[in-house]
Amino acid sequence: MDKHDGRTAAEPEVGPLDDPWSDALALRWDELDYPTDYGYETHAASAAAPVPKPRSAEHDEVYLAVQRSAAFQEVRRRYRGFVIPATVLFLVWYLAYVIAATAAPHLMALHVIGAVNVAMLAGLGQFITTFFLTWAYARHARLRRDNAALDIRWETQELTGGNLR
Amino acid sequence: MTGDHQSLALILFSVFVAVTLGITTWVSRRRHGSAEEFYAGGRLFSPLENGFAIAGDYMSAASFLGISGLIALFGYDGLLYSVGFLVAWLVVLFLVAELVRNCGRFTLADVLAARMRERPVRIAAGTASVTVSVLYLVAQMVGAGSLVALLLEGAGAQERAWMVVGVGALMVVYVACGGMRATTWIQIVKAVLLMGGAIAMTVLVLTRFHGDINTLLTTAAERSGHGRDFLAPGLKYGGGWTERLDFISLGLALVLGTAGLPHILSRFYTVPTARAARRSVIWSIGLIGGFYLMTIVLGFGAAAVLGSDAVRVSNSSGNTAVPLLALDLGGGAGSTGGTVLFAVVAAVAFATILAVVAGITLASSASVAHDLYATLRRSRRTKPGRVHSEVTVARVAAVAVGAVAIALALLAQDLNVAFLVGLAFAVAASANLPVLLYALFWRRFTTKGAVWSVYGGLVPAIVLVVLSPVVSGSPTAIFPGLDFQLFPLENPGVVSIPLGFLMGWLGTVASSEPADAARHAETEVRALTGAGAA
Repeated sequence: MDKHDGRTAAEPEVGPLDDPWSDALALRWDELDYPTDYGYETHAASAAAPVPKPRSAEHDEVYLAVQRSAAFQEVRRRYRGFVIPATVLFLVWYLAYVIAATAAPHLMALHVIGAVNVAMLAGLGQFITTFFLTWAYARHARLRRDNAALDIRWETQELTGGNLR
Repeated sequence: MTGDHQSLALILFSVFVAVTLGITTWVSRRRHGSAEEFYAGGRLFSPLENGFAIAGDYMSAASFLGISGLIALFGYDGLLYSVGFLVAWLVVLFLVAELVRNCGRFTLADVLAARMRERPVRIAAGTASVTVSVLYLVAQMVGAGSLVALLLEGAGAQERAWMVVGVGALMVVYVACGGMRATTWIQIVKAVLLMGGAIAMTVLVLTRFHGDINTLLTTAAERSGHGRDFLAPGLKYGGGWTERLDFISLGLALVLGTAGLPHILSRFYTVPTARAARRSVIWSIGLIGGFYLMTIVLGFGAAAVLGSDAVRVSNSSGNTAVPLLALDLGGGAGSTGGTVLFAVVAAVAFATILAVVAGITLASSASVAHDLYATLRRSRRTKPGRVHSEVTVARVAAVAVGAVAIALALLAQDLNVAFLVGLAFAVAASANLPVLLYALFWRRFTTKGAVWSVYGGLVPAIVLVVLSPVVSGSPTAIFPGLDFQLFPLENPGVVSIPLGFLMGWLGTVASSEPADAARHAETEVRALTGAGAA
């Protein structure tokens, strides 16, 4: 990317010692003792020259490129592919339950077995679907999304030097 | 209730206060005074710890005493509340927790400021967050006053006022001295106590009925005086269509409001990654779901063991159902077991209020210092020296918010404030949730849309409540003598939540400047992957 070109143009004498990885590694996000507020100046000053500054054109370009990348589109597609139908499903099921309970209490009072009626089953059903969807979401995120998202995170942070807005 | 219960309950409560003050001193002994430390506890809590803390923040005394009491009096209709409070967590888990953890730093406004013009969105979101927090705080603190009157016999207006002042002063000490780290540990201790108390009571109820849920429900229906109707909806909300619509409105506010509560959102920043935020929500869904299942057993248990009439005689809204049940399950009034169990339940209820109040105070002090003060007072240029000053402002803000809440709670202590919790959820769902979802999911969303969305939800919610029967025009209103009631519902959610979404869309469509594509790209990439997250 341009940052490498920019660097070699600015500091050609550094030569082979100037491994682009060293900057990325030195700036691992979790090791950064970054200022506790928006102190960009200090941060940017301590960062090596080729890292694009936050809110700079290069910084923006990195994020736009990542957003367009197939890997990111795939993560986003998988995320939305799960949460949007699931959200519609549980909201409709919950609203149907509340509306049935308030507008059609006689339907809900229908006897099933023993002391149990339709309302009891529907209420218990809300608890069960909540627990089930929680489990399903966690599983989906762990198996289908986490690793791909983490790869994109490291790649993006290498390109931006991990800088924060 | 005799003096034994009271003194034992007071001793147990004092032990809780001493332990939590000890925790506060311990965790603040080597504080850095950084914003990261004060607002987010250094972001180093584990998912398990944060899961308990979220559950502690969420399960208020209103749930523990109020919902069980409603079930004891009205049967199935009380259960409708618990379902709303639980299902709401799916919105948090699916749409909010991970993305907010990645995009923000300390508050809701951080997420918006990531892609909007900072000044207007911070002021709007900060105002809405403080409004929600203060409504919720006043409800909790008036609740603390009522609780002391319920549980300590002979406590008059004087004692209630001292309770409100005492709870307020303690929470200010916790928050101002210990910040998020102390607040989190208080929530964890409280959640463990509350779950322990609920489990013990549930086991005792089920043992009384030999583990037979069917007998429990049948006995509850018999002793309620309503027969089979007790096990079906309709006893409380089955009146006119206005009442029914009112409950639908409340149900909508409950399920959508949780994801906009500032003190819940700020909890996601206390863990290191989005994945940890997800796992903490999963823990809290388990805890909260289990807890609400137990309140159902306790509520029907109170109806079956005590009878609905006995509960109603003690307190007309049923808030004493669980303490009375504890007295009976422990062996009845005068027995050692009954005394101990009653005292434990009372102490847990006090602890619950204290912890919830501390959590909300911290969140609102963050909104005041990090969003409002930072935007209104400070110049645009950032200097390293301001890091300490913001935390100082936050500590002062905690004291100020505490003082305002104490004053409002003292003024409101004789009023019927039961609607305030529902209102806080409605405001959160109308002002905070639409803007948050638009900012995270809608590419074209603009600053103008964000500002319109916040005020377009906040203002109608407040105005509709002012014009509703809870403020005027009914015998139970705040001003029963006046009548400027225009809006029939007590909860504005069914109107104000769609308005919040609609105004966000209108504002965006009406914007002259398009959305910033680069900042949207950064927000979206960061939200889903964590790249560059704080």
